[in-house]
Amino acid sequence: MAVVFEKPKALSDVPFHYCPGCTHGIVHRLVAEVLDELGVEGNTVGVASVGCSVFAYNYFNCDMVQAAHGRAPAVATGLKRALPDNVIFTYQGDGDLAAIGMAETVHAATRGENITVIFINNAIYGMTGGQMAPTSLPGQVTQTSPYGRDVKVAGYPIRVCELLSTLSGTALAQRVTVDSVAHVREAKKAIKKGFENQINKRGYSIIEVVSTCPTNWGLSPKEAVQWLRDNMLPYYPLGVYKDVTAEGGEN
Amino acid sequence: MAEKVLMKGNEALAEAAIQCGCKHYFGYPITPQTEVAAYMSKRLPKEGGVFLQAESEIAAVNMVLGATSAGVRAMTSSSSPGISLKSEDVSYIGGSDLPALIINVQRGGPGLGGIQPSQSDYWQATKALGHGDFQLFVLAPSTIQEMVDFVSLAYEVGEKYRVPAMILSDGMLGQMMEPVEFPQKKDEPVADKPWATNGHKNQRKKNIINSLYIQPEELEDLIKERYQRYEKIKEEEQRAEEFMTEDADVVVVAFGASSRVSRSAVMQARAEGIKAGLIRPITLWPFPDKTIEKNVDHTKQFLCVEMNMGQMVDDVRLVVSGRKPVSFFGRTGGVIPTPAEVLAEIKKLAGKEN
Repeated sequence: MAVVFEKPKALSDVPFHYCPGCTHGIVHRLVAEVLDELGVEGNTVGVASVGCSVFAYNYFNCDMVQAAHGRAPAVATGLKRALPDNVIFTYQGDGDLAAIGMAETVHAATRGENITVIFINNAIYGMTGGQMAPTSLPGQVTQTSPYGRDVKVAGYPIRVCELLSTLSGTALAQRVTVDSVAHVREAKKAIKKGFENQINKRGYSIIEVVSTCPTNWGLSPKEAVQWLRDNMLPYYPLGVYKDVTAEGGEN
Repeated sequence: MAEKVLMKGNEALAEAAIQCGCKHYFGYPITPQTEVAAYMSKRLPKEGGVFLQAESEIAAVNMVLGATSAGVRAMTSSSSPGISLKSEDVSYIGGSDLPALIINVQRGGPGLGGIQPSQSDYWQATKALGHGDFQLFVLAPSTIQEMVDFVSLAYEVGEKYRVPAMILSDGMLGQMMEPVEFPQKKDEPVADKPWATNGHKNQRKKNIINSLYIQPEELEDLIKERYQRYEKIKEEEQRAEEFMTEDADVVVVAFGASSRVSRSAVMQARAEGIKAGLIRPITLWPFPDKTIEKNVDHTKQFLCVEMNMGQMVDDVRLVVSGRKPVSFFGRTGGVIPTPAEVLAEIKKLAGKEN
């Protein structure tokens, strides 16, 4: 009988600790499928960050390093400079990448550090129980913005792909989501491109995945997907913000 | 015998690291260690290595964490305020059982402090460079030759026990010049690092470099295992130099730059008929308590001389445990004590003030 779907080999056979309706599981699978398709699992080192995906080192079958909060791009830089022919990726959330680790992120990108960054943007700190993130939307209620994010006090959410697209070292900055089959396919294509860029030594690739956090948004999984469509996507439009391969040039 | 060359401390240390196979340097500019980075930026590209000026001290030490995880010898250097910034990730390096080399060319503190030589990071280096239960192997050179020799020692001990190592230098040793000799290159095989995350090639189980353990019992077990290694380091890696201590009535204890001043004072005291001696701790952690202990019975008293307000003196007092008086003399803020000042202290203690 033909196998139409199976668990990717680069994904461990252990249950995820993620909440129902959280999109980490889908994104993990997409990354693992890409590692399988490119045949690079044995040559890959992943860097887990701090946040809900901190245990990513238990889920991917490649070698893994667990980095301090926000420091994954610097750890990945050290790995990549020591192992230029290996595939190095980071898997980071919005608090990790866009708040405490923004310096490491911007500088890894501007150096054209030849790594692949998977960025999960769910507009909230999940692991610590739902605090305001650098990507929380204006008016969004969180544990630390109980009256809604007041931009006069807390400022505005950061659009990471737009920001990084201005840097010469960025090879790919693309925002995707996984709320539908079509979008999941698109996300996988983007992730694959991010890894191919690295193999072809094109520089820094970031794939931002607009994601859900039903638990901390206080919504059911189904409601969370709808909230993502109604609120996240208008502020964080999907699309390619920079792609050196489309520009016809190599970084 | 290799040829002697006249070199600045910071540059000699950097050259020694390259000769030890350190091909990955990550740093950030800060006085008075900048020559380490400058030297590395000149030499490493020609050695097929990597010099990278990081966006911050924190990023630099994380790059070291990454490169060390890959199994290569890596290094970062800084000076006191920069070391404070690195402390977060030195804790991660310790908690992940990684060897790594961190250089602190100390300057005055706290805060931005000053840029003159100091030893006021003794506590930080030996007790609390970062959160959690962990230690660094800490070496204190007192000559430029030791700035060279201790680099290989730091790598070897660090890799043997899988602990981070620090060379605790200071602005005086970093900036001064002395003739040095580089040891003949050894053709030793690179230490086996089966734990390295360098891609499993589908030939071994995956490796994970990690410091997170949610189950308290598991974390406790790991820390206890690490402390067994620390006990072994305490047993086997203590180092100290003794100078004229056999019959000394006053034993001066001083490390690094202040030990140079103290040695002059001890020689002057001897010339004046005072039985003075010097213990120079070479490893600050593990603290050379065996050498101190050996001298407790026969000496009348100890005098700690430091370029701070009294930090190592705590460790001396712990060993001496009240059996003999332990006094302290120090200058701080970047001021280097003079031999005359130390001699005056020795004389005061020996009851020969005039």
